[in-house]
Parts: sequence; structure tokens; C-alpha cells
Amino acid sequence: MRDHLPLLAIAVPLTAAMIAPLLGRSSVALARGLAILASLLTLAAALGALAASLAAGPVRYALAGWPPPFGIELVVDPLSGSVASLVAAIATLVAVWGVPSPDRPGGGVFWALFLLLVAGLVGIAVTGDLFNLFVFLEISALAGYALLGAHDARSRVAGFRYLLVGTVAGSFYLLGVGYLYALTGTLNMADMAARLPAHAGSPLVTLGVALIVAGLAAKSALFPLHGWLPDAYAYAPPAVVAFVAAVASKVSVYALIRILFDVVGSAGPLSTLLGILGWTAAAASVAGAGMAIAQQDFRRLLAYSSVSQMGYIFLGLAIGNEAAFTGALLHLVSHAVMKANLFLVAGGVLWRRGGCRLDDFGGLSRQMPVTTTALAVTALSMAGLPPTAGFFSKYYLVLGAIQEGAWWWLGAIVLSTLLGIAYLLGVLERAWFGERASDEVGGELPPRLLVPIVTLTAAVLAIGLFNQDLVEVVLRHALPASVR
Amino acid sequence: MIDLAYRPVAAVLVSLLAVPLIVASRRRPGLRETWTFLAAAAKLGLVASMLPTVIGGERVDAAPLELAPGFALHLRADAFGIVFATLASALWLVTSVYSVGYMRAGKEPRQTGYFVAFAVCLSATIGIALAANLVTFLVFYEVLTVATYPLVIHSRSPEAKRAGRRYLAYTMLAGQALLVAVVWTAAIAPGEELRAGGFLAGRAGPAVLVAIFVLFMIGCGAKAALLPLHGWLPDAMIAPTPVSALLHAVAVVKAGVFGCLRIVGWVFGIDLMSKLGLDLALAVLAGTTILVGSVRALAQDELKRRLAYSTVSQLSYIVLGAALGSAPAIAGAVFHMVAHGFMKITLFFCAGAIHARHHLSRISELKGLGRRMPLTFGAFTLGALGLAGTPLLAGFVSKWQLGIGALDASQPIYVAVLLTSGLLNLAYFFPIVRAAFFDGPTATETQEAGPLLTGPLLLTAAAALLLGIFPDAVASFHSLAWQVAGEIASSPPQLAGGAP
Repeated sequence: MRDHLPLLAIAVPLTAAMIAPLLGRSSVALARGLAILASLLTLAAALGALAASLAAGPVRYALAGWPPPFGIELVVDPLSGSVASLVAAIATLVAVWGVPSPDRPGGGVFWALFLLLVAGLVGIAVTGDLFNLFVFLEISALAGYALLGAHDARSRVAGFRYLLVGTVAGSFYLLGVGYLYALTGTLNMADMAARLPAHAGSPLVTLGVALIVAGLAAKSALFPLHGWLPDAYAYAPPAVVAFVAAVASKVSVYALIRILFDVVGSAGPLSTLLGILGWTAAAASVAGAGMAIAQQDFRRLLAYSSVSQMGYIFLGLAIGNEAAFTGALLHLVSHAVMKANLFLVAGGVLWRRGGCRLDDFGGLSRQMPVTTTALAVTALSMAGLPPTAGFFSKYYLVLGAIQEGAWWWLGAIVLSTLLGIAYLLGVLERAWFGERASDEVGGELPPRLLVPIVTLTAAVLAIGLFNQDLVEVVLRHALPASVR
Repeated sequence: MIDLAYRPVAAVLVSLLAVPLIVASRRRPGLRETWTFLAAAAKLGLVASMLPTVIGGERVDAAPLELAPGFALHLRADAFGIVFATLASALWLVTSVYSVGYMRAGKEPRQTGYFVAFAVCLSATIGIALAANLVTFLVFYEVLTVATYPLVIHSRSPEAKRAGRRYLAYTMLAGQALLVAVVWTAAIAPGEELRAGGFLAGRAGPAVLVAIFVLFMIGCGAKAALLPLHGWLPDAMIAPTPVSALLHAVAVVKAGVFGCLRIVGWVFGIDLMSKLGLDLALAVLAGTTILVGSVRALAQDELKRRLAYSTVSQLSYIVLGAALGSAPAIAGAVFHMVAHGFMKITLFFCAGAIHARHHLSRISELKGLGRRMPLTFGAFTLGALGLAGTPLLAGFVSKWQLGIGALDASQPIYVAVLLTSGLLNLAYFFPIVRAAFFDGPTATETQEAGPLLTGPLLLTAAAALLLGIFPDAVASFHSLAWQVAGEIASSPPQLAGGAP
């Protein structure tokens, strides 16, 4: 059973994706129920594989029994297991949230696409083959385009833009993999890691790696390749955005980490690449936060905030020592949780008040006290205030930066934190100070919408208070060997 | 009874535990207020129970809680910490009574949120007081910032919103500086806790150490209202008077100076401060703040704003004592934390009582009010005289020590600074008292604010008087102050600011 867990983590959502439209014909609620069940099972499989990998080493599965390096291999080690579990956990909560207006035509298809997206993302996490990663990248991308773009006219345009950027990015990735394959003759990650050092310094390696990094960076919306993000997030259904914003870019970062550190390693121009990534990330964190301040729509604000926060993760990778990398991984996990929560809150406000602009937040604390508390706690975490999750990841990042003497990058972290406090405070001020619109009905959100929000808020606090356990038990083992 | 080793943690947590109870009884004010009183009494009891041990020269150490590798929450009650903790918890109990009176008199809204925020603030304050390492200090320091914000913006008026923004701008900036300073310290001196005499000597070059010091001073200096980071305090007076009284005269600002003193004595050490020339720089900054604060106080017509600038000035007495570094200076600084706490809170309580009963807040409107509120203005006079350093009041004791300390540290100019400040204090307080008692219409009847408001201010004024005559009468504050001096002060006489 242990050995099959990686496969189950992909097979369950894939199978469920095929069944969902059938169920959706009779009742969308059934399809949603299937999605929840499938996500839970995926979570169980991912967590099981993670636990197994922590106990006894990576869990490997050869698809169809073909042994690597000729066959496709699935590998769950602490890093990929953590990412897969994160995807599945957030997927479950988003599935519980559901689609607030279920009177959409073809509701079962929505859940099918959702499950395909889950399968694709988990697949990226657990695969050990570079081309297989591309396949899952495309699966998740296509499902993502459809989900983000199928809402209304504006989302179609935004989704199309995402499609263009994403396809180009995917092609870059494929081209890069192609070059490396031409050089080494293998697509298996472990095998390539063994073979690449022989070609170290070759311009083909540099080109291949650069293309891969460019492709994955665009998918992670690293500034300045972030242009597709704000529109895509602003116009899509909140549940979709919550899931995509929380995990899609994180999975791309995971892929980048895996390839840069474990596959390419010293065979490629790693320090140069990381230096470029670092400066780009520093710019991202400040520019993203700066642009967020100017936003009037809460979801666009969150989108730019994501650009800024992803900058922190890349900065942690670029600084490269153990503390900074730990901070990057911790931030990967905690930002996923925080962003999902914030988008769900946005969805709640949208559902209750019909709009999600900052003006729509007026008097929120009186009408929806629990939601406002969740918003406040998560905002405090994003701002990096103790004892929340965001504080600890920031602590590690700052420690890493000081240890490496990366003073400019440290300045970027501090400046973007202060800007972040500014735009988050703006939202909270509206919630506490603003006046309610006159035609307000209803109070707090219904349980279906509130439970995921409260769960995620509790997770924000738990990750903060128990980050010691998370770091020691899981993340420490997820660090690439060269960093430990 | 709770085991001694758990009492620091219990002292921090007890008011947090009261929070859900306060929320649950939000529709029954009597019950809700009872929870606050019980929590305050419990907190004071727990803190006071640790006093005998600390006075005896021991420390009360709680087990550290590791939150991350190299990052442990550790609480420990030593002499300095127990002074601050006792001051804060004792005054919280008194302020809780006052709060009830004030909120009811003004029929204030959102009282549940108010009492909840207060409870969290006091948890954080005790956490700051009993922090055994910088990381614990940082965590509770930031929590305090966040928990005080709702109290500043309580009235939800546009001025409150502006004041809240200004408050956060200063304190968040300071928080980031403090974060970098704490992490940097952890990077160059991993695993170190606060230690009397400091632990940073020799860990890095002078440039790095000075940079860290500057960051620390920005971090703690904002709350301590050190120039030029004092701007938030006068605006924060928009908060309800109990908030101004306890938090902005005692808890928040004292957390700032507490932090400054901890950095000087327990992170850097007086000797390192002198070697790097930081003591001289800090003394100049503190001296300037003392004088500028006093001068600006003269210009204010709003009573609370005048008190705010007075606080700006008085807080730097404590920072000055830290900078001077000699034993009497340190003892004077620590005792001034207590003395100023009691005296300033009295003045704020009076301001609140005047506002609650007569809806007056400007000094120009207070003519003749002393005859209608003799108790209130009597207490005000005592507090004002004490802040000016009049003998027989608590302020004289600390000022005298600071003066001796300045001479011991061969910095006689600061004696002049202290004397000038004393005169300025009289200049900005005396007219209020004189106008209240001798100007304006004669009174026909007494119109004091209710007992819930007048009682606390009389109590704190009496305490200020008692501490002036018998400085050890309350919680042995004076002996504890000298104990602190013994732990960290340089051996006399010290040449401040000199090269090694």
C-alpha cells in the first residue's frame, strides 16, 4: 500500500474528474460531494506518503512497472509530499466552500475541471520525470484556464491572457527540457542529476536551464512576468481563485526548486541564476506591495500582494543558506494558507454584499464579526506580526539575509513589509470604521462558507505556534542536500 | 497554590483566559466587569507572590518554550522585570475600577471590545516585563502594539482614525527595526539570553554594534517617545482617558523605556556602551527630549496633550539614567518608572474625571473648577508637584538619585537639565492649579465625578505621596531599584563617553 500512495494521490482526483460530470447531471451537490471526498482521499494519500518518506526515505513508484530511467517514476520525498499535501488540504477546504451560486449550467463540469486541476498539481509535485512534469503542468494549466476564464466576459479575456502567457511559459519549459534531453539522453530527474555534471559548463546546459527557469518563473508570476495575474484573480469565481492563488504558483516554485537544486545543482550556472532571481524577487516584493496599495478592488489587491509575497519565497531561495531556505519553504506553506483564507473572505464579502471593492467592506465588523476577525488575524500574519505563521517565516528570512550579508535584499523585505502593513490596514480600517450600506440583509456567513475560513484561520495560528514542529519534523528534511 | 516556576507564565496568561469570559458575558455588564476585576486581581496576586523571592536576590525562572530552533519563549522574573510587572498589574486593577466609572459616565459604545483589548494589552505588558530573552520581548512587544490599536481608535471618529494610523506608522516602523535588531543579535550571538552586564561585547566590530544599537533604539524609542519618534503620543490622546492613563502613561510607554534600559544594561552592558561612545549619544538625545518635551508642553491648551508632552519629557529621565550608567542613575531611572507611573496616572485620572463630570478638556476652561472639585484638583496638585520633583513626593526621590548619578558619571550638565525640567514642569502645571483654585467664579457646591472615578485618583495620589516619604513602603520598589543598579551599573566613578 505504501508504495502505491503516490499513484493514488494522482489517480483518485483523475478518476473522480471523469465521474463528476456524470454525477453532475443528476445533482451538482453530488458532484461537489464527490470533489470533497476525492480531495480528502488525495490528502490522505499525500500525507501517508509524506509520513512514509519521513520515516524510511523517499517513496518511489514506477508507473506500469517500467523501471526508471526508461519508465516514468513517481517520487514522494519530504518536499514533494509537503507540497502535495498542501494542495490536497486546500482543495478539500475549497471544495467544502463550493460554488456560491450553484445555478450555473454544467455545474458537474466545474467540479471535473477542479479535480483535474488538483490531479495536475499533485502530479507536478510527485513526478520524478521531467517530461511527465510538463504533461501535468499542461493538465493543470488547461484546467486552470477553463476555471478562471469561464465566469463572465471579463474573466474570459483574463483567462485568455493567462492562456497565452501560460502556453508560452510551458513551451519554454519544454524547450529547456528538450535541450537537456538532447544532451543527456534521459528524462528521469535522478538520472539526469547523475549525468549532467559531465556536461557542466556547456552552453546548452545554461540555455536549457535558463529556459526552464523562465518558463516556471512566468507560471509563478514572478515580477515582471506577473501581468496575467491581477486580472485573472479579479474576475474569476472566488473559490477558484482561492485555490489557484494559494497553490498553483507554489507548485511552480516547487518545480523550480526541484530542478534547480536537485537536478541541475552545480552542473549549471546556479549562483548566477539565483542572483538574478534574487534581485528580481527583491523588486517583486517591493513593487507588488506598492501596487497593492493603489488598488480599490480587494481581489486585485490580493493579487498584487501575491506578487509581493512570492518575492519573499524567491528571495529565500536566492539567499540560499539554511535559515533563508527554511523561511522560503515555511512561507510557501503559510502563504498558501493565508492567501486561500483571504480570497475566501473576499468571496464571502462578494456573496453577502454583491461587490468586493474596498468600499464594500464598510462596517463589516458589525455585520460579520467572525469573518472580520479571521480577516484581521490573517492580515496580521501577512504583515508578519507574532505569533502568527507569517512572523516566523519572516524571522527565518531576515536571519538568513543577515547571515549572508544580503543587506539590499534585507531592505527590500523590510520595506515591502511596511508597505504590506499599509495596504492591509487600509482594508481593516474600512471593516472597522466604514458605514454599512443601507440595504443590508443578513448577518454572518452561513456555515458552509464560514467553516473553511475558520479552519484556515486556525491553521494560520497553528502554523505559527507550532512552526517548530513543522520545521523540525518536515521542512528540515525537505531542504535540498546542498543547503542543509 | 501554583508552583513558583509556573507563576511567570500564569501571570501573563491569566488576563488572556479572561478574554473569552468577557466576550461571553457581553450582554451583562456587571458580570463582564467582574471578570476584568478578577483577572486584574489574580494577575497582581501572582506577580506580588513572586516579589519575596526576587527581593531576596533570587530570580523566578519559568521553563522555556521552544517555538523554532534558536527561538524560545522564556519568561523570568528578575528585579527589573518584577518592578515593571508589579507597577503595571497594580495600576491595571486601579484603572479597571476607573474604566468602569468612565465608560458608564460617558455611555461609551463597544465596551466589551474595550475590556478585551485591555486584557490582551496587560498580558503583553507582563510578557514584556518578564521576558528573559530578546525574542520573547519582541513577540510580546509587537502583540502590545496590535492590541493597543483598537483602544486608540475606540471612538471611531476621523481624528481617532488619523491618530490610529499615525500610531501604527510609528510603531510598525519601530517594530521592523526591532525585528532586524533582534535577528541580527541572534545571528552574531546565537542562543544568548538577557544577561546583566550585556553579552554583545566582542561579538562584532564597532560599526555593526552601533548599527544594531541604533536599530534597537528606533525599535524601543518609538514607544518610549524619544525624539524624534514621539509624534504619535500627543495624537494618541484621542483615546478614552483610561487608555491614555494606563497605556500611554504606564504600559506602552514604559514598555518602551523598559526596553531601552534592557538593551543598555542586559544586551550591550554599560561598559560596552561607554566604549562605543553610545552612552554619550543616548544621554544627549534623552536630555534634548527632556527639554523639548517640557517646552512643547507649555504651548498646549488641551489638558491631555499637555500631559502627553509632559510624559515625553519625563520618560527620557529614565533613558537618561540608563545612559549615565552609574549606580544612582540606574536606581533613579528604575524608581522613576514607578514614581512617574503613579504621578502621571493620577493626572490623567483627574483629566478624565473633569471630562466625565463637566465635559471640559481645555486648560483655559478650568478656571475655578478646583473649588468645585477639591479632591480631584488636590490630587492633581500632588501629582504635578511630584513630577516637578518636590520633596516628600515620589518624583523627588528618583530625581535626586538621577542628579547624584549624573555627578557620579561626571556629567554635571544633566543636573542642570533636570533642574531646568523641574522648573518647566512647574511652569506648565502651576498655572492650571492656580487658575483652578484661585480664578473663576466661586463655587457653591462640590461637583466631583463619581466615586468610581474619584477613588482611584485619590489612591494613586496617596501612593505617590507614600512613595515619596517611604520609598520602600510599596512592594519595596526602592530596594528593588537599587538591586537593579547593583546588577548592571558601572563601578563608580565612571568617565562617560570615553575611549578605552
